[in-house]
This record gives sequence, C-alpha cells and structure tokens, in this order.
Amino acid sequence: MSELLGLTVAEAAARISAGEIPGAEYTEAWREAAAGDELNAYLWRADDRTSGTPPNGEDSGTFGGGDGPLAGVPVAVKDIFCAEGIPTTAGSRILEGYRPPYTATAVRRLHDAGAGVLGKTNMDEFAMGSSNENSAYGPVLNPWDRGRVPGGSSGGSAAAVAAGLAPCAIGTDTGGSIRQPASLCGIVGLKPTYGAISRYGMIAFASSLDQCGPLTRDVTDAALLLSALQGHDPCDSTSVGIEGGIAAPSREDLSGLRFAVPSELARDGIEPGVRAVFEATLETIERLGGELSEASLPHTEHGISAYYVLAPAEASTNLARYDGVRYGMRAEAGELVEMYEGTRAEGFGDEVKRRIMLGTYALSSGYYDAYYGRAQRVRTKIAADFAAAFSEFDFVVTPTSPSVAFNLGEKTDDPLAMYLNDFFTVPMSLAGLPAISIPAGLAEPEGGGPRLPVGFQIAAPAFGEQTLLEAAFALEREIGFDARPGKDGDG
Amino acid sequence: MAELEPVIGLEIHVQLSTRTKMFCGCELSFGDEPNVHTCPVCLAHPGVLPVPNERAIRYALQIAVALECEVAPRSIFHRKNYFYPDNPKAYQISQYDVPLATGGRLGDVRIHRVHLEEDAAKTIHVGESGRIHGSAASLVDFNRAGTPLVEIVTEPDLRGAAEAAEWAKLLRTTVRQLGVSDVNMEEGSLRVDANVSVRPAGSDELGVKTELKNMNSFRFLERGVEAELARQRELTDAGEPVVQETLHFHPGDGTLTALRSKEEAHDYRYLPEPDLVPLAPTEAMLSDARESLPELPAARIARYETELKVSSESAALLAADPGAAAYFEQVLEEPGGADAQTVANWVTGELTAALRQAREKDGVDEPSLDPGSLATVIELVRTKAISHGSAKQLLPTLVLEGGDPVEVVEREGLTQISDSSELEGIVDAALEANPEAAEQVRSGNGKAIGAIVGAVMKKTKGRADGGEVNRLIKERLS
Repeated sequence: MSELLGLTVAEAAARISAGEIPGAEYTEAWREAAAGDELNAYLWRADDRTSGTPPNGEDSGTFGGGDGPLAGVPVAVKDIFCAEGIPTTAGSRILEGYRPPYTATAVRRLHDAGAGVLGKTNMDEFAMGSSNENSAYGPVLNPWDRGRVPGGSSGGSAAAVAAGLAPCAIGTDTGGSIRQPASLCGIVGLKPTYGAISRYGMIAFASSLDQCGPLTRDVTDAALLLSALQGHDPCDSTSVGIEGGIAAPSREDLSGLRFAVPSELARDGIEPGVRAVFEATLETIERLGGELSEASLPHTEHGISAYYVLAPAEASTNLARYDGVRYGMRAEAGELVEMYEGTRAEGFGDEVKRRIMLGTYALSSGYYDAYYGRAQRVRTKIAADFAAAFSEFDFVVTPTSPSVAFNLGEKTDDPLAMYLNDFFTVPMSLAGLPAISIPAGLAEPEGGGPRLPVGFQIAAPAFGEQTLLEAAFALEREIGFDARPGKDGDG
Repeated sequence: MAELEPVIGLEIHVQLSTRTKMFCGCELSFGDEPNVHTCPVCLAHPGVLPVPNERAIRYALQIAVALECEVAPRSIFHRKNYFYPDNPKAYQISQYDVPLATGGRLGDVRIHRVHLEEDAAKTIHVGESGRIHGSAASLVDFNRAGTPLVEIVTEPDLRGAAEAAEWAKLLRTTVRQLGVSDVNMEEGSLRVDANVSVRPAGSDELGVKTELKNMNSFRFLERGVEAELARQRELTDAGEPVVQETLHFHPGDGTLTALRSKEEAHDYRYLPEPDLVPLAPTEAMLSDARESLPELPAARIARYETELKVSSESAALLAADPGAAAYFEQVLEEPGGADAQTVANWVTGELTAALRQAREKDGVDEPSLDPGSLATVIELVRTKAISHGSAKQLLPTLVLEGGDPVEVVEREGLTQISDSSELEGIVDAALEANPEAAEQVRSGNGKAIGAIVGAVMKKTKGRADGGEVNRLIKERLS
C-alpha cells in the first residue's frame, strides 16, 4: 500500500493506464491516507459520508473517463472551487453548509481527464491570508513543524501534498497563494499565466488576479495537471488557454537560458538561511549552463502597496453578494439593513472585514483616482518592467518567500508583516505572469530550530509555461531535493 | 418676471427581446411563475462569471446606429455597487465612463449616450407601505434578473410635457421597427424617466432638475412632467429654490412624492468589471447593424412630406405604423396613379376603421385588403363611378369577403346616381320634408344644406353624387 503512495502522479497514472495497478486500489490507498489527516488540512473528504451529499446523487469520488491521462488519480481540491453538492465554504463561516448547484470548470476538467475529488482543503477565508490562520475552521498545521504555519492561502492543499495526505492538489493564487505555501511546505507550486485556466466556479477574491494552479510533489506532476486544467472556457470571457498545450518536461540542462535576478527584490528582510539557499541555487543554475545577470525592475518594490489597494477593491465588490438573501448564512433580523449587517458581521472574519473596508474606501467617490487609479498605473508600470526584462532574459528568479515557515500566531497581530510574505510573489500576479516555486533546500529559521524548506521562484513571460516547466525540471533534477516532513524535519 | 421655459431630458430603458438573459443562458419571460428562469449565474452564486449575450450586443448596436450615434471602438463594462435584494451580485453590470455609443439624434432631440446593462429582479413588498420599509415581508422574483437593457439618455432638448410624450412615442416606434424590443410601457419593457427643470425663457443655463420615475404610460409621462413643471413654476414664482431630488409618480392621483433621500444617496463605487473584456465591435458587426436598419419613422416622415407632398399629420400617422406605411406605398405603386395624399387619407381613415371593425366586431384575426383593391376603390370614387359614401360601405365588405371591387359594386347596386333626372325627384322630396332647413338655406345659412343632402343620401343609401345633389338643391333654392 505505502508503495502506491510513494509514486508520483505521473508514475501512478502511467501504471494505471498500463493496467499494472487497478485505479480503484490507488484511489482507496489515498482515501485511507487522507483519512489520517491530523493537520486540519481537509474541510471535507470524499469518504466522509456524514458531511456531504455527493454530486448528482452519485458517489462524490466518481472518476471521469477511464483512459484519460489522470485516470484513477484523486486530487485534493482547495475549498474555493465549487463542486456540485459538495460543501464549499471558501474557509468562511458565511458559506457554512453551502452546497453549490454547479461544478467549477477546473474540477470538471480534472474529472474529464479521469481524476476525482479526494477532498476539499482548508484555506484562509476567501483566500485572504499567507498563513492559513484566517480560516474560520482553524489553521492548518505545517507537516514539517506542527507549531508553524503551512503558508497560505492554499495552505491545506500544500500541507496535504507535503504530508502525504494527497498525491496532488489544486489551489488558487492571487498574490502568492499557491507559491508561498508550496515554498513553506517543500513542494512544487505553479501559478499559470492569468487566463490559462478558467476561473468559472472558483470563488472570486480579486478577479483580475485570481488564477488556479497545481500543487504537486514535482515539476512533472505540475505539468501533467496543468495540461489537463488549461484551456479556453466559454464560461469565462477572460480565459484563453495555452496555445499548443503542455507536454511533460524533459530538459536536462539550462545552457543558453538567461536568468535575471531583480536588484530591487534582492534586498533586506530576507532570512539569512533563505538567502543562502537562494544563492546556492543560483550557482546550480550556472553549473547547468544557465547565464545569470542582475536586472532592474524598478516598480516591483511598490507591488505590495498597489496589490493591497487593487485586491481589496475587487474583493469588496466580489464579496458583496454574501448578503444572506439567497444562500449561506443569514442573521435573522426585523429589518433589511439589520439583516445585512448582522449576516456580514457574524459571517466574515477579521481579515476579510479589514479588506472589504480597505477596498470600499479605495473605490469611494473622491478617492478612486488617488487609490485605485494610482494602483492601476503602478500595475501597468510593473508589467512594463517585466516586459523590458523579458526582452533580454528568459526568466526572472527570486526566493519565493522571504522566510521559511513561521510560528503559528507570530504575525497574526501585525497585518503589514504578514502582507510582506507576498513581497516576491505579488509582482508576477500584478503582471499576470506564470511563476513556479520549487523546493531548493532546507534552512534554519531565524531564531533557530530544525531546518525547514526554502522555495525558489522562477517567473517567465506570459504563456511561457512550457519553457518555465522545462527549466524548473532541469533545476529540480540537479538540486535533487528529497527531504520529507518527519524524515529531515523534526516531524 | 420673465416667462419660464421647461427643459426636459429623458432616460429610457429598453428591455431587449433576446431569447436569453444578458450574461447567462436563462430564457427571458414575462408573467411566468416566479423564479423558474434562474441559474447559478443570475442568482449570483459564488464563483460564477458573466458571459455577454451576442444578440443583445447586436440589438444594442442596431439601436445605437438607428439613433445616429457614434459607436465606441472599445466600450467598458463597469460594476455599479449597491445592496438591495433585487440585485443578486450586489452590483449591476452596466457601462459608465466609456458607453457603447454617444452623440446621436432622433428627430429634433440629441442623444447623449446609449449603453448596455442588465435588469434587476422584481421585489414584491407585502404590507401597507408597498415599499421595503415597514413591509411585513418582501419577496424576490429573479426571473427578470439579468434581462438585457439598453439605456438611452437624451440631451435636455425637450420643451414641454406633450412634446416629451410625442418624442417618446417616436422613439418607441423606432425601436419597435428595429424588432429588438416589445417596447411595452405597461409591461415595463419600455421605461421612461424624465429629468425636468425650468429656466427663464431664452436663458442658456440649466435650472436645478428633478428626476421623475414610475410613469408607465405615455399619458402618465405627460401628466407627470406637466405636474412637475407646474410645481417648479410655482416654487420659482414664489422665489423658492427647486431641490434636486427623485420623484415618484403615482398613477392613481397623478401626484409626485420624493423618495427618501436615504434611498437615493448612493455612492456606487464604480469599478471596471474585471470579469469581462472590453466590448470592441468588429467592422462586420457594425456593418451588419447598419444594413439591418429599416427606414425609420423620422426618415419616413421626411420622405413622405418632401417627396410625396403628404401632410405632416398623415406622414406621422403612417410612419408610426410600419404596416400601414408599407401598405400605403403598395397602393401608390398600383396603376391608376392615385394622388398620395388621397391614398394616405384612405389608408389612415376609412381603411383603418374598416380593419378595426373587422377585428373588433366581426372577430377576424388578421383582416386585410389587397392594395390593388383599395387602388380600384379610390379610382372608382375619382371617376365618380361610385360616391364617397358608397365607398365607405364597400370597404368592410371587401375586407371581410375580398373580391373584385367593380363586381361587388355591381352586385350590391352601389353605382353612383349622378343622372339629374333621376335625382331631381328625390331632391324635391327632401326639400318638402325639410322646410325649415330649406328656409335657412334660402336666408343665407349655407350649413343648413347638410340636413337636406343627408336626407337625399339616406334615400339613395349613399349612392347619390354629392356634387350633383348640392348643385340641384342650390338651383332650387336660389
């Protein structure tokens, strides 16, 4: 049984399709593994008969087409994706008990490729957070050190894959919500180009930034999932898909490829251990024949400021529909406005309320130009910075996160410190670019303790996913990261 | 004190008659059971996205082109944010600073802008107030939520209540002729709000305006604007200021009441809709819209007046009814070369009456008369083969039974009696029977002749030649 769990998704899918393993046996092995969740990674599991009505009255673990590339593969799905009949909360009290009447395109595409839903994973409420501590259903614990956060907002998906509770997962990334938890949990996380994967059925946080992506054990699995997920969807006017599709990466060296390190992003505030792993990875790139240069992306420094105007502004209107009228929680009251206020006061957590207020303010008459308008102009300039860099270089590289996983509760009282976790990931989100985080090594946290995973981020031009995956594949192979929670960490 | 001049602009919402809603695949409906035409998208479930209705865009472009507007190369959808149970997303997808089209004209009125948006759901408030405040309960029917709407905003070019109502009718006919909406005010597929102000006649400045809502017929529009103009004149004459506010028209007693300021004090926090890309009509879409334009009422009125020398009243009557106008032109093409004004009079007068009678009294669903037959009837009158009165009797028969007018005239014995020898006796009898009228005519009251002519017509069942009868009466009484 454990041998099955040791396989990557690509290996398992190949064996299932060759008839060497029965798909049902593989699925069952993972259901058992998921049932052992001690990290609060799952909010709902397919085997949990008490908490969910399966979609269409069928077994919610039903899998799609028998000979698809993901036949028999169970996927952990962030609780932000709607799946018909399966409880979907987006980590919020306001959607407690909500069962969507329809299924997200991303989930449907996985199903069409032969996969099924293993469970719904915990997350920061409405994807707002970098530690998973903003979930209304309690924080997810980092499998490397249960006193630490797994990152966020896709913390449940990252922890599940890292802890061997799922073979692979999907999440969403608005300003780093796939890459940062992947980094903190020592797995691969890919945020595709904005528009590569349909957003239909993915509960909106900031619509112009949100993007679905895979969280996997290795780069090959990320490519396999992306291949199934990507594509234009008539239900999402902003989706375009990736021309030519995605193939399994096979590149072994980096010769002829030019990597740029942004001078503005290589600054203070990076933990020494993270910096050491980052620099060692740069040496690995050179060893593989890649060329390294410093590049200037002068406006990326202002990424966080712009992001924390734009994302809350969009969120303030996206979350306005949770009004207690049609579905979800409702606070009973004698008057309409009282009902609205009571529902939203009880239903939303502090961070969500903070961002709704920020966003409402930024869009208010008389402030729009000073905040939203200005932030949009910064966004345009950041995109122009990247475009200039990509006219000279193939990739831009940074650490994924300035630190390794931090302690639970360490930053909950300091939203600004929490927001800085996204310093390296937000610029790519603002520019709509694809970026991947791969585990690059282990480092001791500031203040000491057992060593924890460090992620290395590679960003590419829009729709350059195939080249990005090739480079990440070559680098992953050379780095040879094989640490696992409980094996090299403190368990 | 200088005379006060009304300044009126209209804001019109037109519900498009597409098969499905603006941003989802639900069917449009009117009067169906509540909440049967809904889906996750129009109920604003978490995670859904809007997909624009191609046909709605086409219809909106047709309206923009018909109103001679300039279509924006890339117009932008915005979110207009406000909380209300009829607004499921808590924002309406509309257009804001870059609308679909701007700067057009219909008749004498300039068009400020034309944009696309979606309709709200319907709320029904249970209780005495009829409003959400103080209602016992409120119910929401989402069937209407997401219905495509085109909003048309005019410049403040109208100068009176009747003029406003007349222009709104012209707009309705124009949109109806495009075939893009039912434009029914009672059913709400055409909604007209008015911005009303007054100013000293001749002034270029605009006074403080009020916005009038809920006038769901042309008559109510006229009455509402009239009432508001009277109120504003009274205030101004008394030296009191007009306050900018939204007024609700009550059809029952024709009064206007202000909506609570709380209800209208909105900061809509407009945001470019991130779920939709800009609307960039292709050249093909634009030429398609242009080519699909029928001749619109304003152009038709102008053509009838200048080319066919038809009176402006007849031209307007014909242009308001595309079917009648088409029929009118077919009759003109018939051999015989009837005068256009004469044909217009027949079409808008006797024929319309005959068709209505067939529909209402005889229960004929689609009464008709082929254009050639009407041309023949007109010719028979012109050559005095039948009298005008006989022709009036003939039309209902032809509408109900069809047939060759000449044969029907023969069969029914409707040929005109213009032979004096035949008429003399009848005229004499009529004079004897109406001595008072005869005396009045003798003493110079020309109008009194009507009674005598009437008696002759009664006797001849309308077949007498009116001219000849007049001549004979005057001859005998002179």
